[in-house]
Amino acid sequence: MTVARFWRETPRRYNLGGNRCTACQTVYFPPRAVCPTCQQHRQSIGKMEPYTLCGDGEVFSYSVVHEAAEGFEMLAPYVLALIKTPEGPLLTGQVVDVTPEEVQVGLRVRASFRKLREDGRAGVIHYGYKFSPVREKGPREAMASPASQEALARAAARVART
Amino acid sequence: MTESKVGIVSYGAYVPRYRISPQEIGQVWGTDGAAMGKGLNVVRKSVPSPDEDTITISTEALRMALTRGKINPRDIGAIYVGSESHPYAVKPTATVVAQAVGATPYLTAADFEFACKAGTAAIQTCMGMVLSKMITYGVAIGADTSQGAPGDALEYSASAGGAALVIGRENLIAEINGTESFTTDTPDFWRREGQRYPSHGGRFTGEPAYFRHVGECGRRMMERAQTEPSHYQHVVFHQPNGKFPQRIGKSLGFTDAQMKYGLVTPWIGNTYSGAALIGLANVLDHAQAGDRVLVVGYGSGAGSDAFDLTVTEGIRNFDRDHGPQVQEFLDGGTPLSYAMYAKFRGKIHLGGS
Repeated sequence: MTVARFWRETPRRYNLGGNRCTACQTVYFPPRAVCPTCQQHRQSIGKMEPYTLCGDGEVFSYSVVHEAAEGFEMLAPYVLALIKTPEGPLLTGQVVDVTPEEVQVGLRVRASFRKLREDGRAGVIHYGYKFSPVREKGPREAMASPASQEALARAAARVART
Repeated sequence: MTESKVGIVSYGAYVPRYRISPQEIGQVWGTDGAAMGKGLNVVRKSVPSPDEDTITISTEALRMALTRGKINPRDIGAIYVGSESHPYAVKPTATVVAQAVGATPYLTAADFEFACKAGTAAIQTCMGMVLSKMITYGVAIGADTSQGAPGDALEYSASAGGAALVIGRENLIAEINGTESFTTDTPDFWRREGQRYPSHGGRFTGEPAYFRHVGECGRRMMERAQTEPSHYQHVVFHQPNGKFPQRIGKSLGFTDAQMKYGLVTPWIGNTYSGAALIGLANVLDHAQAGDRVLVVGYGSGAGSDAFDLTVTEGIRNFDRDHGPQVQEFLDGGTPLSYAMYAKFRGKIHLGGS
């Protein structure tokens, strides 16, 4: 991909910048020039406004890629998914910080900022959105640091007293 | 000492998900990794994914800070990213970060380099610009994905992570009462242009470098602030390993309790430019209004920057629960084998050109 082409797509790749038809409120990503939902497309001309997706979503469907494309060898096997956003659009993106076994339909994810690819060792680096799972808060006992171990012990003591 | 109010309006930290233990590293090189980890007081260190670098870490940290502080990115007048692992030699990290958080185009941005203290140098620059009313908010980021050469002592601690501080005049969660610096020409650690891994002076990195600079700067800060160690609830030192900050803390008169939240390296490794700032973020995650905090950063080459802070009433209403707190980064993580670590860190060379 040329530097100029990627640069033109920066708003949507960096910040999930789509647009919305102010006539029917449908949100599009990537942005569209006219609204295909409105019965008469002309109604939407001049009424499409920029709209940034919130970055939340859930896995709608996914595939595990074992035969990686050039430049993605270090990531294989990786998960490529369709992400259903609360605003409506369905996005294609990589799900990171998980093993393929952890991914399932309905997994809650959030957009994260990652390196997408490099144009060789001397070329430009392309950045953009990927998706990482939304994990429940709370310490993991297996790797808990002493401060958390203290907190867990205090919590256990409280439970024991009640 | 500063005359007008300036301080931290918001903050965010980010540490990559993967971890490796000193035992795992030592097993490969035929050394006693457990003893190495004990000697360094490092239980595990963070490892960035192949698709993470200083730009992505800085962006994640700043996005969290902006959301927590409910700050309009258009109000940011300056973004400075301190790191010794900027992805480009020429092309500022700060430009990508600024674009990714929606702060462009009306701001100034630059990359800072001063080994591990480039992030604290960025705080001082932001303080000056905010106090002179050139800008409303300045952003200081310290982040790194540094590496030690395979088998080198640095490999047991060099990790990845970063933190972003939004510096301003109003709605402060922590006021910066003053700052001091101590700088000399001391070649304890360096990386020449084009070299992949840094070099260091072994034991020379201790007494004449880290301990002298951090000690002198911390003492001078307390002299100028007319404070003693007992006046502080929390203290944060630069932490290239888990031992150095404990030793300098004790020599300056601080207790383990005061260092408890500021010491994060044992569970994530040495995040270089991110180290002191992530320690400060962990302190702010736990601090109460009125707490006094001393921060002393250190960068090889060499220099120290110290900050005397007071946590304000603003911390009570600050949304510390938005996004993961530092404790979750200290606890969480996915363990890696050395083979996967080598793959993730680009230590495996693929065939072809």
